[in-house]
Amino acid sequence: MSAGNPTLATSASSPRRLPRLGVTRKRGSLWADVAGLSPAMVLYGVFIVVPVLFALVLSFTTWNVIGPLRWAGFANWSRFFSDPTAHHSLLVTLELAGASWAVQTPIGMALGLFVAGTQRYRSVFAGLYLLPLLLSTAGIALMWQGVLTPNFGGVAWISIHMHLPLLNQNWLGSARLAFWVLVAVIAWQFIPFHMLLYQAGRRAIPPELYDAARVDGSTPAQAFRYVTVPQLRYTIATSSTLIVVGSLTYFDLIFILTNGGPGDATRVLSLDMYDTGFLSTTFGYASVLAVVLGVIGIAVAIFVIRATGFGSMESGREGIW
Amino acid sequence: MKGNSELGARSERARLASVGRPAWPLRLGAFLFGLIWLLIVVVPVYYMVLTSFRSDSQYLSDNPWLPIGGVSLSSYRTVFSGTGLATDFRNSIVLAAATVAVVVLASLAAAFRIVTRGSRFAAVSFRLLLFGLAVPIQAIVIPIFVLVTKLHIYDTLPTLVVVISASLIAVAVLLNVNYVRAIPKELFDAMAVDGANQHTVFFQLVLPMSRPIMAVVAIFAGLGAWNNFLLPLILTQSQNDSVLTLGLVKLSTVAQYGVDVPIVMAGVLLSVLPLVILYVGLHRQFVKGLGGLALR
Repeated sequence: MSAGNPTLATSASSPRRLPRLGVTRKRGSLWADVAGLSPAMVLYGVFIVVPVLFALVLSFTTWNVIGPLRWAGFANWSRFFSDPTAHHSLLVTLELAGASWAVQTPIGMALGLFVAGTQRYRSVFAGLYLLPLLLSTAGIALMWQGVLTPNFGGVAWISIHMHLPLLNQNWLGSARLAFWVLVAVIAWQFIPFHMLLYQAGRRAIPPELYDAARVDGSTPAQAFRYVTVPQLRYTIATSSTLIVVGSLTYFDLIFILTNGGPGDATRVLSLDMYDTGFLSTTFGYASVLAVVLGVIGIAVAIFVIRATGFGSMESGREGIW
Repeated sequence: MKGNSELGARSERARLASVGRPAWPLRLGAFLFGLIWLLIVVVPVYYMVLTSFRSDSQYLSDNPWLPIGGVSLSSYRTVFSGTGLATDFRNSIVLAAATVAVVVLASLAAAFRIVTRGSRFAAVSFRLLLFGLAVPIQAIVIPIFVLVTKLHIYDTLPTLVVVISASLIAVAVLLNVNYVRAIPKELFDAMAVDGANQHTVFFQLVLPMSRPIMAVVAIFAGLGAWNNFLLPLILTQSQNDSVLTLGLVKLSTVAQYGVDVPIVMAGVLLSVLPLVILYVGLHRQFVKGLGGLALR
């Protein structure tokens, strides 16, 4: 909390959870609550809560924009269980989430530890590292599209003029490469954020622990293994959840860069859902895919939160907020 | 945990630097690692900047990695006159400004009621908002689209403002709740002694004290609206209601086979320019606003 509230943290001892404020124990507070909360809750209720419930209902119907909603029973759901395209999308989605986690976690942690150092040049670097967070996903996709354009793009130029045929690839047109290009671009976009998490986590480790490790004669590697990693376990959990849940639902970048191609090589579930709904206008079946997507996302989040404790999740974010 | 005075902080840092200083090969390795990542971040952006200042013929012939062959502003001229991007730019500004206004005010008012914990309504609302943090927006775009179609508000800018605001409100409330909670209880008590009603407490205590967090939420909401792609994609159709992200992607689809790459690069750079200015000016709030964005 102190991190989120620099001016107040010093004046009050700011306990984690303040007791009820005395002023509010009055009759009529219900109406004050309704007045204060209704703008937020009406928006949220109509466009988030209702759609969550509506998604479930829609998955049992058929709708093609023009006609009325029709009850379909379990037809959409049984179609899902025998739909090879959807199963393939599910697999690609899980692969993407796994690969993203494996790439972003070590680099994000290493960069976080790097920028948590006290040298002045590191804070200059850190400022520039945040550049990808300013760009929209659409902008990032278009930028990389430009860099990777076959024949005329920046990478192609290097390959042609420096005689590095290895770099002359159809980066987004080859099934094997396109997947890894996506993993790399997603990492480029989100590693800076995880760097921020790890930086905050590292700075919260009491220096006494490192002093003690040194007195005991530990090497830097041992200090990392026995002090840094255990002390960062909640940060690791927070960052991992965000990476996995984030890449399970990732849409924009893939839609723009590969649109699921070549073939179905990068067709993730969210893309399959979009095409099923908005291109084939079979919104009932698309809702099944949406529900599957939501359930997996929520399940992963709950699993990690259960495994680590919600309070610790909050403290892991604290440096950011 | 932290030193109270600046002196304490400085000696702490000196101690850290001397006692905790790793051997030079380690420091050199760290420097090289940091430098490599810096290149990975900067090089594609550098390529984009350079390419945006080339004419089509320069793009097809020159070395794309060196700033030689002269500066051409033709892509920037085309962005402003030859495409619909000027309209998109205006729409994005309107969208971001309106979303910031809605999200900042609605979330602060809600946070105030949640923190004061008057009735069960506030408690239930907060539970509901926390639950929403776990719902990925991608999973509910289809019901949102059906709802918007059935309500006959498809393809308007106000609809976009309302839906994007709704998608950001849970995180915004949470950011505010964490902040408002730390306002000292004594200040509320003092106002109660003076006989202030809830309305006065909100406008004369909570609102003025929350200005720093409002800046953070404003940046969070502004970025969320400005950079949004999925919701404009499914909720708008006509050129009149198109926004920047959509316009840029449309431009690149037209510009296939790389011929108009400089124009697309110029468009992307123009779209990020306002954010770069904000980032330099409000660095601290910006980093916190980014933190909230990843939780959406």
